[in-house]
Amino acid sequence: MKKKKPEPGVTRRGFIRGVGLGSGVAGAGILETEAAAAPAVQVVGPGPAQVTLKVNGKQHTLNLEPRVTLLDALRDHLNYTGAKKVCDRASCGACTVIVGGKAVYACNMLAIEAQGQDIQTVESLSSGNKYHPLITAFVENDAQQCGFCTPGFVMAAKAFLEQNPNPTYEEVKAGLGGNLCRCGTYIGLRNAVLQAAKQMKGAANG
Amino acid sequence: MQAFEYARPSTVQEAVSLLGNSWEDANLLAGGTDLLSLMKDYIHTPKRLVSLKGIKELEGIRKSAGGLRIGALVTLEELLRNPDVRKEYPSLAAAARGVASPQMRNMGTVGGDLCQRPRCWYFRLGFGLLAKGPNGESLVPSGDNRYHAIFNNRGPAYFVSASSFGPPLVALGATVNLVSPSGTRELPVEKFFVAPATENARENVLAPNEILTEILVPPAAGVRNATYEVRQKMALDYPLATASVALRMRGNTVASARIVLGHVAPVPWRAQAAEKALTGKTLNAAAIEEAAKAAVQGATPLSMNGYKVQLASVAVKRALEEAAQART
Repeated sequence: MKKKKPEPGVTRRGFIRGVGLGSGVAGAGILETEAAAAPAVQVVGPGPAQVTLKVNGKQHTLNLEPRVTLLDALRDHLNYTGAKKVCDRASCGACTVIVGGKAVYACNMLAIEAQGQDIQTVESLSSGNKYHPLITAFVENDAQQCGFCTPGFVMAAKAFLEQNPNPTYEEVKAGLGGNLCRCGTYIGLRNAVLQAAKQMKGAANG
Repeated sequence: MQAFEYARPSTVQEAVSLLGNSWEDANLLAGGTDLLSLMKDYIHTPKRLVSLKGIKELEGIRKSAGGLRIGALVTLEELLRNPDVRKEYPSLAAAARGVASPQMRNMGTVGGDLCQRPRCWYFRLGFGLLAKGPNGESLVPSGDNRYHAIFNNRGPAYFVSASSFGPPLVALGATVNLVSPSGTRELPVEKFFVAPATENARENVLAPNEILTEILVPPAAGVRNATYEVRQKMALDYPLATASVALRMRGNTVASARIVLGHVAPVPWRAQAAEKALTGKTLNAAAIEEAAKAAVQGATPLSMNGYKVQLASVAVKRALEEAAQART
């Protein structure tokens, strides 16, 4: 079989973004008629509607169909690819982000529903060579093997530590109960969270 | 998932006016933990989603002399953290804690728990609520039925109610308010759940243009209540069998008892033989043992779920033991 050369500059996410833009033009007409039919409450869609998301402190205005999940909006439209799409059914936790201070499954929240709230992704935990204590603790405790579940665990752990700054091992275990690691690195994960808890108390700003 | 219109009303009346007469017209979106998965699998394909998240009157937990009022939008985490719930309604707190994923508890709502669809894998794979095969017969009795019903399972429904709060709310004698264009009706939670007789019926009485707005739980001061859930894994899993109990005491004697099993029937299942066995008895180990046995009398397990009979019995025993130790 001949190897096909990848086209330069075309990525899967870039392609999806392009398709989204195209259908946006076609959907605009439907939107107007629906809005006119229900004057009391605005009805948007099924075509794209304006959605504004505040991700890691930065506002982004997108044109999204109401069916686009927060996870797809982050990954395919905003290039925040830290949150991972694994089960896409609220069962594994790999897509965990923090919305309004709470850990949620981004795959099971519509992007349009996440408007007006602070959305934090794993990308917010490092800048240049500066890392959040959780990230260094994950590295130092071998809290990952293949690493695919890691961003979800890190964000679940961050939300957990904000509510429970001084947890016991058992509390950490329960606090990470919404995330799965198929490599089975749970012991390292829990120790990492305990270590990060200690360091965050010592640090001025966590 | 199929494309849909989206609306975010700010009152219940507006929300009701945005619904239709069929489930295909519109679905209600609260936490979304179940609905969006159903839509991704094309089990639900509504033309419109009506988000309830902008409706303030659906929020909040309020305790008064009349009992506890739980707004349909209250999340499992809010319920779990509420001091009144923890103190007076441990059976509800235990059911919330049983949903062991913090993300799920942050997103999922109490109203959504009551309205979630069954987990029956035939239903989830598109064979309908009654799991009919090509010849019109249910696939469940001759198929893989390890998680299906052991009570009220003579067809056409074989699934189990997935609700975590159904059993404790039935045990506590709670009611729900349902609002539709024709007004509000208040129903006991026990009457809210039904075993469907036809493919078009559902596992509850909610109409396509109706909204479950709030849950009203009678005062539970002096009512010893507890929930015990048996599950395979301690996280991210539905239970295999649960029991919720609510006991009115006269000294050490059980004046009246409600014992309700979960995940064993298409509805939260009143174990009336167990209630009868316990009423008038001193709440001790022998009485508990007897009630736990009585609770599974008449069970009709399918080919692969006989194990659930024992689990349900043990769940009743442990829930009663917890209730016996509770201070009220």
